Amino acid sequence: MSARVDGNALAGILSEYFRLDTTSAIVQCSGCGTRAALARELVYPDPMGFVVRCERCEDVLMIVVDAPGGAWLDLRGVDGVQFRG
Amino acid sequence: MVETRIQTPSARSIQLDVPGWPGNIAGQHLDVRLTAEDGYTAVRSYSIASVGDGERIELAVDRLPTGEVSPYLVEELRAGDQLEVRGPLGTYFVWHPTDTAPVQLIAGGSGIVPLMAMIRSHETSGSTVPFHLLYSVRSPRDVFFADELRALAESPHLRVTYVYTRQAPPDWPIAPARITTAAIAADAFSREENPVAFVCGPTGFVETVADIMVGLRIFAPLTIKTERFGGK
Repeated sequence: MSARVDGNALAGILSEYFRLDTTSAIVQCSGCGTRAALARELVYPDPMGFVVRCERCEDVLMIVVDAPGGAWLDLRGVDGVQFRG
Repeated sequence: MVETRIQTPSARSIQLDVPGWPGNIAGQHLDVRLTAEDGYTAVRSYSIASVGDGERIELAVDRLPTGEVSPYLVEELRAGDQLEVRGPLGTYFVWHPTDTAPVQLIAGGSGIVPLMAMIRSHETSGSTVPFHLLYSVRSPRDVFFADELRALAESPHLRVTYVYTRQAPPDWPIAPARITTAAIAADAFSREENPVAFVCGPTGFVETVADIMVGLRIFAPLTIKTERFGGK
């Protein structure tokens, strides 16, 4: 498995599906309530996808799977996402 | 690919002509996708060293010994070869010439690349915002963009300071060592100047530096922007 990186690494895959850049969007952790830009969160590249963990409490926020038929976004640890236009 | 230039014993810069490239902001990156003959693909992100309009862009890539993509880009890619790229990407780790806060840049190794784009943008835009670059390298020959940085550091608005971790120049006053709190404190702006910071390099380096910076209480935590390359 690759070493930990951060949410900046998600800009490419998510740009395929979102019109706005997602890495400046604010993500709220449902575990600890921390709000941070996606770019600041901890990202663990894994063969099955990118596992995104909260920069504060390290709970899993989301898993981004780049599947052949399209992306799957598992948002299990996210209360909400704030986009800024 | 148009041309390459050797930057360090393990890295080179790569000029690409990308038809339809919309230009990019300083600090943005792109994804490179390589596809093997058997259909296996590998995607990696690389920061863009160039900035502004035009379809000619520059990357600088360090060869990772166990990498799947970087050895190809550093050793095998030839002028005329085609690459599949996606970008420009990212709006978080970026600097705009209209930004007014003093800027502290801290690079570890190839982490200089997006910061170089910021320094170039600062220079070409005529910005007079003070820039400090603290650049950690193994040895003098591991400095990317060495000649250009030497020339740009003539500007009264840019200060460049090196930290050597393995081998320093002969007359260097400090023994080679990992970046320290003292080195960061010595290069820092005062809290009253409300500086912002961009830190880029290997994950361990970035997290160590960011922790030191938060501890110094010069920067509000949210004004320290980081980009982790992974690796050691």
